[in-house]
Amino acid sequence: MGALAITAIGDDRPGIVAAVTEVLVAVDANLEDTSMTILRGHFAMMLIVGCDRPAAEVEAAVAPVAAELDLVVSVREVSTVPPAAAAGAHYVVTVHGADRPGIVARISRVIAAHGGNVTDLVTRLAGNLYVLTVEIDLPSAQAAEALRPELAVAAADLDVVAGLHPADADVL
Amino acid sequence: MPTPGSGSRDSGDVLPVRLAPDPALSRLAVEVDPRAPTTVALAEALVRTMRASPGCVGLAAPQVGVPARLFCLDVGGHRKARSYAGLVVLANPLLVAAEEPNRAREGCLSVPDLTGDVVRAGRIKVTGAVPGTGEEREYAADAFEARALQHELDHLDGLLFLDRVAGAHAVHARKRYL
Ligand SMILES: [Zn+2]
Repeated sequence: MGALAITAIGDDRPGIVAAVTEVLVAVDANLEDTSMTILRGHFAMMLIVGCDRPAAEVEAAVAPVAAELDLVVSVREVSTVPPAAAAGAHYVVTVHGADRPGIVARISRVIAAHGGNVTDLVTRLAGNLYVLTVEIDLPSAQAAEALRPELAVAAADLDVVAGLHPADADVL
Repeated sequence: MPTPGSGSRDSGDVLPVRLAPDPALSRLAVEVDPRAPTTVALAEALVRTMRASPGCVGLAAPQVGVPARLFCLDVGGHRKARSYAGLVVLANPLLVAAEEPNRAREGCLSVPDLTGDVVRAGRIKVTGAVPGTGEEREYAADAFEARALQHELDHLDGLLFLDRVAGAHAVHARKRYL
């Protein structure tokens, strides 16, 4: 089966998930991995769906709902290669401080420079407090120890507080 | 009814609480003399400020801008509390035992708009000095009281729950103010 990457974003209101997923059922698209959240009042959906129909057909099927709910929708064909199991060491980078431009760019560049792969990233702005939390895979625990001082330098430059700790992998 | 000028002992004694990203919240606090009158006065002001803040079960000196190793705590009536030591006020506290880690959501008076999922020990022992007498005390705590004690100890090391959140999706907008 083929796969499609679908994104939809619009002002949050009740019924968006129902309306979009009903259309996907109607075109025989099977929801695989999805992430949906509210970003500053906008509802954002990201979906990988299993589907043998062309992207253009699915996009056309979603169009009436998108128009009705004022959603920006994109549908693209993507590969169905299964993701490789993440190797190495899993860590969480925490950053908080006064909001300013460039925090994510600087911190993620430092992470990338140490071979870190961002697997999940969330930011929140609450008043003037900016909070960035990043889950990363690093090649090794040694890479984490090399990353730590450079993260501290970047944090000092940005006038924010940054930390690095192993991701909690307890199986309860 | 207080007359002007007569309320100085009560009014003004509730201290303003620093909010993140105030740098005072991210500094290492220093040890204090538990018998010093300034320590006793600060401890009393912390307790008053804690009592005056709805939903507040603990307050550490850095949260009022004082880099002192001093906090107060009272988890009385909290639905997740098991052990309950009453009002705890400790100077120069130390975590001397910690076991049974568990993950739960917590908030902070200094981070009013967010909560976070943090792994902390569910059973701990904390020692410290009682302001005034300087008497050394040890508290054994579990469940919510243990979590709250570790949260206050963190404040003395310049750490917020934001520094300990368990993952990218472990920071949440606070839905309501408890
Ligand atoms: Zn706190």
